[in-house]
Amino acid sequence: MNDMMATMTANAEATMSAPKMTARDVKVFYGEKQALNGVSIDVHSDLVTAFIGPSGCGKSTFLRCLNRMNDTIETARMEGNIELEGHNIYAPDMDVVQLRARVGMVFQKPNPFPKSIFENVAYGPRIHGLSSTKAELDTIVEQSLVRAGLWNEVKDRLQDSGTALSGGQQQRLCIARAIAVDPEVILMDEPCSALDPIATAKIEELIDDLRGRYAIVIVTHNMQQAARVSQRTAFFHLGTLVEYGDTAEIFTNPREQRTKDYITGRFG
Amino acid sequence: MSSARIQTDWASPVMQARVRRRYAKERRFRFLGLAALALAGSFLFFLLGTIFSDGYTGFLRTEVKLSVEYDAFELGIDRSAIEGAGGENALNTANFQGVMMAAATARAQSLGVAAKDIVSDGAWLALREAVRENPDLIGSRVDVWVPTSGDFDLLGKGLVERDVPEANRPVSDAEIAAFDRLKAEDAVRTTLNTTFLSMADSTSPELAGIWGAAKGSLLTLAVTLLLCFPIGVMTAIYLEEYAPKNRFTDLIEVSINNLAAVPSIIFGLLGLAVFLNFFGMPRSAPIVGGLTLALMTLPVIVIAGRIAMKSVPPSIRDAALGVGASQIQVVFHHVLPLALPGILTGTIIGMARALGETAPLLMIGMRAFVTDVPGGLTTPATVLPVQIFLWSDEVARGFVEKTSAAIMVLLVFLMLMNGLAIYLRNKFEKRW
Repeated sequence: MNDMMATMTANAEATMSAPKMTARDVKVFYGEKQALNGVSIDVHSDLVTAFIGPSGCGKSTFLRCLNRMNDTIETARMEGNIELEGHNIYAPDMDVVQLRARVGMVFQKPNPFPKSIFENVAYGPRIHGLSSTKAELDTIVEQSLVRAGLWNEVKDRLQDSGTALSGGQQQRLCIARAIAVDPEVILMDEPCSALDPIATAKIEELIDDLRGRYAIVIVTHNMQQAARVSQRTAFFHLGTLVEYGDTAEIFTNPREQRTKDYITGRFG
Repeated sequence: MSSARIQTDWASPVMQARVRRRYAKERRFRFLGLAALALAGSFLFFLLGTIFSDGYTGFLRTEVKLSVEYDAFELGIDRSAIEGAGGENALNTANFQGVMMAAATARAQSLGVAAKDIVSDGAWLALREAVRENPDLIGSRVDVWVPTSGDFDLLGKGLVERDVPEANRPVSDAEIAAFDRLKAEDAVRTTLNTTFLSMADSTSPELAGIWGAAKGSLLTLAVTLLLCFPIGVMTAIYLEEYAPKNRFTDLIEVSINNLAAVPSIIFGLLGLAVFLNFFGMPRSAPIVGGLTLALMTLPVIVIAGRIAMKSVPPSIRDAALGVGASQIQVVFHHVLPLALPGILTGTIIGMARALGETAPLLMIGMRAFVTDVPGGLTTPATVLPVQIFLWSDEVARGFVEKTSAAIMVLLVFLMLMNGLAIYLRNKFEKRW
């Protein structure tokens, strides 16, 4: 409880800072079907923002708008405005490759490349030319693995295949891979849903460690997880943003009846 | 509804009969499967057994020992002519045929048959090779092993049924008697048929070789592969990764699938009309054969490539896009390496089909009677399956074994290609 109080005060100060990403009236259509009806959210740079809501509520769809991963879906169409530090990310002059380097992503199922651990982490820096020498690249790889809390487990077998690691280690490897490009925002799409409780705890710890350095947005099914790791929570239902506010506020004193029903387990 | 269900009696006779029926059904099905497998296996065994038992003698030949006088006057050359600048020319103009004929006639007269009954028309070639290697032979008389005639070859391999009336067999009684006398003198032997492995087609079975057709096949397939693989893979990449999904690309997809099912002879006609008649390319040439087979193989490779790329898990694409890889980087760094085993397997299966293809090559003139091993892409050539087709049509008894031997060579080629496909698949396959 003390922890929660501390987080709440931290939130109150942090919300004052300028938002890293702002979304205004975002609508997404898959063909004829509308998946999001006008979502507006600010993502703050040194906070963890959690998106919660029942399956099919549009939280993952919205997350994928933030680094334009929905572009790869042929039928998806997006309306509205999303800005990264004041620049519209859907503007014609926005380079989507650079956007995805600045807004990294971690997926639901751990998806390391079928290459060595080293290559997995080195891939991003290599394609973006972030290192000019082998030594620099080594440093980036080591730093990223250290930050992802994986270095001690893999430092002696960097040439082993990334797919040979356990599920939790694979997911941390994916986080290291995202960190290696030094993004400003990290999007996490239910990063723990395929993991056991111990691996989940490690990832949550890691998210806590990464807070402050990166703006983190996490989609989760698990409300306790949202309560544990985030400072801001957004509740989605049927493609609509129902409520968005400080995590402590949402979980203890929600304004909307639907939020209350969901949090108390009445539906979902 | 409150009516309670009657408790199921799992031990009742009805139930037990049901269990027995289930087991019987299972046994019947397994038996049928096994029978099908055995039948298929026996067909294959019969086929391969027949080919092998008919064909292995095609790799052997019978030779007869003759005493040859390398008479300088008769040959029309001497040592100095061979060792001089025009040595090769001198060898080619020398009268080895006369020398051979003299030696064979002498021997044949003592046996009561004609010279051509004993030695092959091409036996003098052996003399020329001997002199080329050792010019000192000129002026001396030595025993030489030379290929026998086709009839003696059959006798040497035991392929003549001696109890059939003389009129009904290719070999006369006099020839059999002559052969038996030579055999008793140890003047005939059976050796590896180097002619078959190193020469091209001939009208005489004992002089016919498979290497011409094999090299023709290799040249043709090289052209096919060089055209098909890059074009097919690029097409597959574009259609799978870049092309928008609309009516037009649907139409292209349907067309490619249809092309893969078009009978091969149609591609032959297309090749005839386009490459020979319109572009005026040479007839019977490996380059035209390769182009025609490329048309036929291309859709197979495109389809195999697309399937292989489709089977790469989307999570790998997401991962690469997620760290900011561009579309081309996603394709060449991730999708293509993972799809490569499938693409290679599809390519080799397509190439194997091209290797075994006869009909389209008949249309562009590759059924020509070619007695030289092809030297390049534009020289006349034939290919293995066409050679088999041609030999199977020959009258001379000696071509039966040649046909089967050629089939064996073709099968070895196919097995090598399939082996390569399996090797490449295992080498490049990665798990994720």
